[in-house]
Amino acid sequence: MEKKSTETQSKPKRKPKLAVWKFASCDGCQLSLLDCEDKLLAVAGELEIANFPEASRLVQKGPYDVSLVEGSITTAHDAERIHQIRKMSKVLITIGACATGGGVQALRNFQDVNEFVRIVYASPQYISTLKTSTPIDEHVFVDFELRGCPISKSQLVEVICAFLNGRKPNIPAYSLCVECKRQGVPCVMVSQGIPCLGPVTQAGCGVLCPSYNRGCYGCFGPMERPNVAACCEQWSKLGADNGEIMRVMRTFNAHADEFRKESMRYENASN
Amino acid sequence: MPKNASNDRKLVVLEAAQFQALLRALQDGGYSTVAPTLKEGAIVYDEVATVDELPVGKTDEHAGGSYRLKTRKDKAVFGYVVGPHSWKKFLHPPTLRLWQVRRNGNGLEFVHTQEQPPKYAFIGVRPCELSAMQIQDKVFMAGEFADPIYQGRRENAFIVAVNCSQAGGTCFCVSMKTGPKAQSGFDLCLTEVVEKKSHFFVVEIGSDRGAALLQDVPHSEATPEHLQKASAAVEQAASQMGKTLDVSDVKDLLYRNAESPHWEDVARRCLGCANCTMVCPTCFCTTVEEVTDLTGGNAERWRKWDSCFTSDFSYVHGGSIRTSSSARYRHWLTHKLAAWDDQFGSSGCVGCGRCITWCPVGIDITAEVQTIRSSETSKPK
Repeated sequence: MEKKSTETQSKPKRKPKLAVWKFASCDGCQLSLLDCEDKLLAVAGELEIANFPEASRLVQKGPYDVSLVEGSITTAHDAERIHQIRKMSKVLITIGACATGGGVQALRNFQDVNEFVRIVYASPQYISTLKTSTPIDEHVFVDFELRGCPISKSQLVEVICAFLNGRKPNIPAYSLCVECKRQGVPCVMVSQGIPCLGPVTQAGCGVLCPSYNRGCYGCFGPMERPNVAACCEQWSKLGADNGEIMRVMRTFNAHADEFRKESMRYENASN
Repeated sequence: MPKNASNDRKLVVLEAAQFQALLRALQDGGYSTVAPTLKEGAIVYDEVATVDELPVGKTDEHAGGSYRLKTRKDKAVFGYVVGPHSWKKFLHPPTLRLWQVRRNGNGLEFVHTQEQPPKYAFIGVRPCELSAMQIQDKVFMAGEFADPIYQGRRENAFIVAVNCSQAGGTCFCVSMKTGPKAQSGFDLCLTEVVEKKSHFFVVEIGSDRGAALLQDVPHSEATPEHLQKASAAVEQAASQMGKTLDVSDVKDLLYRNAESPHWEDVARRCLGCANCTMVCPTCFCTTVEEVTDLTGGNAERWRKWDSCFTSDFSYVHGGSIRTSSSARYRHWLTHKLAAWDDQFGSSGCVGCGRCITWCPVGIDITAEVQTIRSSETSKPK
């Protein structure tokens, strides 16, 4: 796939315009785009990077053909802003666990946010925030989601390729186990008794943790139709206590529906 | 790919100290020697150069959802059963590029993957695994959907089978009549005997190719004592089966119980993770993905292992069929033990126990069938 095309046919004159937007997040996912290195040049060759403050101060006005949205909605201002972005974007793709599952900042959803504000900030009176951190799709229609904390660079390039070529992206929704087995990585849960969220987590990371002998902690969020309850029961059998299970359900995708509900069951059980 | 004709095969003895000579003879014959080896707490199949890379003195303990590697008291070379890998990863690769296409002026230029099939020697193929290969042969070797990738690799493969001298906690080859002794489908078949003062393999020669190879490997005639010890080892394995599966009438039993409430019970435990299908040595389903580059000037088609447990696998216009876990598990189990027979003329299960061991929650195909069987007798219609 590295070879440059030798095509001579004429192309549409206008390159599709790309915008990258940030909400409550660490910037890691949008930096994945800059981190694409040689692929980034190819992306820039096919797309006009029209609005990407991490890369350039030059900002072109919308509308945009494709918007990549990072981060979750945590302020009243952002809850407004995402609607403006949706209006300016033909295709809106959310990138990363914050945008798709609320992020680690969605831990506030289970507590009183004002208590956090009082503990963290010296002058809490300057903080204006919502009580919850919510994924983008709770606010506007999202065309496609890229999971992960951070997202996978190859999945990002794949989704951009698919967009440019008008085809369905090859982004599977099945479990991480499928990827582990294709790569021949022995199951850490079965062979070492290490609790792993792989059986309920969406594939796509390239089995980073299991290939380093660690259990998956679910940064790609719930897979299609996950049986989270049965997986957590197995965690119990392997020695995880209720508090530990509650916490693993509340990491980077704390607001993802299936993980959130299960975390609450374990919170109630441990109280 | 060996073709075994004779029932009266020649038996010789290979001393354990000469095992390396067997590997070397295969390597000298141009084979990549693939054998059990240790990786991250499990015995997997990978290329090895020397006998030291095999899990000498190791064994494995199996239960539903649990596998543990242990150290043996002796130096057995094959003192374990089957691990998470199966030979299908070499014969039916997990990911494979089928073809590429490039834009060429106003046309398209197709480049098919013309594989020079690798020449593998599989060392340590268990009897259940030989049966699994014979089952996949029916799928890939002939007929309308013959697969040239599989054919090339299979025809090239030299097979050194190993009879089991112990069984694992999830083994049930005796029920499936696939082991613990290999009947056919090998070039050489070893039975390992480890004693305090002697350590040898009784070698059954299954093909001319196997006989030719042995000319380069020091060996001796087998005495009745050797043979007696080898058959005792296999008998020991047969008596140790961790599981049993009553296959009498199993096809009709499953067809009769398509609406059994028990499928819902399994669904409550089933993670839908697809591990059972990935580790199964006979499951052969794949998907194809089209990938393009950013310019749209190049595209490729890739084949990847897929599973009847993923929803994309059964996606047709309008949605996926078998949307519930109960329907998926029923489909998998019924295909494996019943519909496979209608389709290919044999069971799709060889009793290797991988789907039980490697299911993260230990769902047990033998127990599920037994529960369905018992439900009929407890509630007669």
